Amino acid sequence: MELSETQLSEHFEATIARQGRIEPRDWMPDGYRKTMIRQIAQHAHSEIIGMQPEGNWITRAPSLRRKAILLAKVQDEAGHGMYLYAAAETLGTDRADLTERLIDGRQKYSSIFNYPTLSYADVGVIGWLVDGAAICNQVPLCRSSYGPYARAMVRICKEESFHQRQGYELLLTMMRGSDAQKAMVQESVNRFWWPSLMMFGPPDAQSPNTERSMAWGIKRHTNDDLRQRFVDMTVPQADRLGVTLPDDKLRWNEARGHYDFGEVDWAEFKAVVGGAGPCNADRIARRQAAHDAGSWVREAAMAHAAKH
Amino acid sequence: MPPSTEQPSTEPPSTGWPLFEVFLRGKRGLNHVHVGSLHAADPEMALRHARDLYTRRNEAVSIWVVPADAITASSPDEKDPFFAPSGDKVYRHPTFYQIPEDVPHI
Repeated sequence: MELSETQLSEHFEATIARQGRIEPRDWMPDGYRKTMIRQIAQHAHSEIIGMQPEGNWITRAPSLRRKAILLAKVQDEAGHGMYLYAAAETLGTDRADLTERLIDGRQKYSSIFNYPTLSYADVGVIGWLVDGAAICNQVPLCRSSYGPYARAMVRICKEESFHQRQGYELLLTMMRGSDAQKAMVQESVNRFWWPSLMMFGPPDAQSPNTERSMAWGIKRHTNDDLRQRFVDMTVPQADRLGVTLPDDKLRWNEARGHYDFGEVDWAEFKAVVGGAGPCNADRIARRQAAHDAGSWVREAAMAHAAKH
Repeated sequence: MPPSTEQPSTEPPSTGWPLFEVFLRGKRGLNHVHVGSLHAADPEMALRHARDLYTRRNEAVSIWVVPADAITASSPDEKDPFFAPSGDKVYRHPTFYQIPEDVPHI
């Protein structure tokens, strides 16, 4: 039975409308496929690049316990990248091609990973704020209309919860320490607060694809809604920790039932996304070096497989 | 590594390892369930990678890996005519049969 493009399209729209899931071999509009590939690839790249900032601290973790935790966390990030690359491949992309697109800059990763990790407190703050923001973004994606992506997100969200809690516990421990340790935590929060808010993407008014992505069930909430949710969740956690979030406009708004907060520096966001962040070149160079240094392993494994 | 003296492969050196689909048995008594895929040079490596990638938190007591190109699939859409033969056979379900209330154990 041959179906016309219109019938296929109607069937696709009907599946979306009843909150059904789109599966890999289903017919889908080109725009949906392209948007999905772009989003999943960018997410996968973020997990892979995201290993670098914290990976820097593995050899300098202050105890065996902290080292084991950090190793497990960084290993999880690699795993998340792999789940997501696998999901992207169900849309007809090629793994090697995605890696190439990351390295040559045709595909992006989250701007947050272009900031350096200058102190050990950054490991805790990344777990608390960066992974916290990621969870806010990702929990709704467990209901994404694309089945393989939604399933990958379910696994990822379960594991991210450990990431956030280990970070917060690390910070609680440091906040019970010396004045120098407390100052280290505050200094790290000062550096990561605003970039964490940028993780939700540009304001809704400047996010032209949001409407269509929401209609397709690719996105479930707008950037600004998620950002607000994150701020509301985080302020009490900051109070409990005893740190100050670096925003003098931050205060509870009784009428709205939400915290008001200041304007994100969107010029900085654009610059970092555009490649001018403190670590963009480093991150890509390191990814490229790892890829190049691993090429003989890939070839040797293929040669071994061919022989046996 | 010294250069190989064997016959050169007829194919250019592939940078991509083949794709394997991964199935896990969560615990004894359950079926293996598909969880995702991965690339590996051969089945043994696929198993090892599947353990590292999909069972970091005791998710499985057994793993299957299957070369992705060995799977023959129906078109997955439920509306596909492939599944039509079972669609109109409601008499295959126990609820099709009306049994009086006073008949026990049925």
